[in-house]
Amino acid sequence: MSAGTSLEKVQASLRAALGWRWWEIALAVVAIASVFLSGRHALLLNEIAILALFALSLDLILGYAGIVSLGHAAFFGFGAYTAALFAKHVMPDPLVGLAVAVAGTAVLGALCSVLIMRGSDLTRLMITLGVAAVLYELANKLDWLTGGADGLQGVVMGKLLGTFEFDLFGKTAYAYSLAVLAVCVLITRRIVHSPFGYSLKALRDNRLRTQSIGLSVHLRLVAVYTLGAAVAGAAGALMAQTSGFASLDGFEFHRSADLVLVLVIGGTAYLYGGIFGAIIFKLLHDLVSAWTPQYWTFWLGLFLVVLMLVGRERLIRPWTWFKRGGQA
Amino acid sequence: MLTLLFDGIAYGMLLFVLSVGLAVTMGLMNFINLAHGAFAMAGGYTTVLLMNKLGVPFLATLPLAFLFTALLGAAFERTLYRPMYNRPHLDQVLFSIGLVFMAVAGVDYIIGSQQQMISVPEWLQGRFDLADVGIGKYRLFIIIVCGLLTVALQMILSRTRFGSRLRAAVDDPRVARGLGINVNQVFLLTFAVGSGLAGLGGALGAEVLGLEPIFPLKFMVYFLIVVSVGGTTTITGPLLAALLLGIADVFGKYYAPKLGAFIVYALMIAILTWRPQGLFGQRGSK
Repeated sequence: MSAGTSLEKVQASLRAALGWRWWEIALAVVAIASVFLSGRHALLLNEIAILALFALSLDLILGYAGIVSLGHAAFFGFGAYTAALFAKHVMPDPLVGLAVAVAGTAVLGALCSVLIMRGSDLTRLMITLGVAAVLYELANKLDWLTGGADGLQGVVMGKLLGTFEFDLFGKTAYAYSLAVLAVCVLITRRIVHSPFGYSLKALRDNRLRTQSIGLSVHLRLVAVYTLGAAVAGAAGALMAQTSGFASLDGFEFHRSADLVLVLVIGGTAYLYGGIFGAIIFKLLHDLVSAWTPQYWTFWLGLFLVVLMLVGRERLIRPWTWFKRGGQA
Repeated sequence: MLTLLFDGIAYGMLLFVLSVGLAVTMGLMNFINLAHGAFAMAGGYTTVLLMNKLGVPFLATLPLAFLFTALLGAAFERTLYRPMYNRPHLDQVLFSIGLVFMAVAGVDYIIGSQQQMISVPEWLQGRFDLADVGIGKYRLFIIIVCGLLTVALQMILSRTRFGSRLRAAVDDPRVARGLGINVNQVFLLTFAVGSGLAGLGGALGAEVLGLEPIFPLKFMVYFLIVVSVGGTTTITGPLLAALLLGIADVFGKYYAPKLGAFIVYALMIAILTWRPQGLFGQRGSK
């Protein structure tokens, strides 16, 4: 076999991975239909779409590049505050605000990516957690700018594309979030099926070996971390724009922790994992907290422990739980 | 000024005893156990309940807190933690944070969410002045107890047969097993002692740190900072990191209360960027 044909084979397999599956088209149809059928659930659906977008950004970093992070909320909160401040002080157009927030978070992500280059998983966990905590404290202290613990209130958004107004029922908001999510999924989908995406997976699986075949590990980490941060910033901006409110809550630790959970439920290194995870997580959250509002974290914890002990693959097959030696 | 320094040292010592068990599980056994704070809380609540419900004297509750938490740790190690040893770090993080969530909600449900108070005995209350330094008696007590524990721990790890077995089991479990060391038992004992120390720290710290159901979440970051900044290969690393953190925190709260925990986090990021393995960590260690 000559080198030419094997290269063609590789290219063909890359193209094949990019082809559309029937269920992806079905998913798109369901998503579009859901905008018209949402009714009074639009606000909940909007939250799900934002959470899915946020999870997508973590999946890029964690699932595909293998960078553990407990502080992804840093970018979410930063995007939210940037969008809210921009709308308040500069101009209320949502799309421009979104672009500014994404650009701002991308810069922050590029700066932070320097911090995550070195050290072990533990160091990375601590540094990402620390960055989120530092931003939290800053947002809390700079109250002349951010409103401190009260949050940034009274953010009034302009009309979307100059025609659609954000209403109380959240239909416009949901359509807007869904559109942004769709665009981000398309971009991410293109990226993870590209040679760059494959090199990320190689780097995740064996960093040393990736380095030794001549790929620049650092450059790739900076690129993917910046990208992930930008997407998380978009999620934050959507949250601030559709709720007209940005608060310290965006930076909190439990937001990062919940996000990792969302991703684990849906499956890491799987493009739609974040979306399915977000749907399941939100619905579970709503159900359980309606049932036991005060102690729902207990059930969340129990779920996590069981999930980790039996493994995600076996969770949906309870009959395999007590078999010995099954490595999930 | 010096009084603040003294308080900072006492606080740091307390943090050290609280987190040294974590340094052992994390550094030696390579397990990221975020639920460490839950064991500390268990120890704290043991003391509170024994004192307030049964009227056991304070000093007697300390060893009981240690024992109870150690047993709890042993039980958990055998049943829940063992299957998680060889899993990726992220799985361990999620697993242990799940335990924390359960502990927080569980304690809230059983005991209630209000802060628990204990009153230390008469002879430990108040403070005296020594060359212009105001010394709280209870703080001094903490420093002495924690200092003794530190020395004892260092001796056990470096001088005894158990210590060398532990180090062998950590460096290469397979070879250690081949040499006839019961690795599982060594790990079980280590985990139990680590949890027990956390419980003792929680009991000692109940008066200083306050005790409420969200304790594990509130202090989790502090423990992690101590361990990651100190490096996990030695005992002295976490000790110095804990002292540094304690002093920085007390000074920060006094001189710049507006900044809050900002100083501590910024310090941690700076140190970890400069030395990713921790201040005293060695390159190439796990």
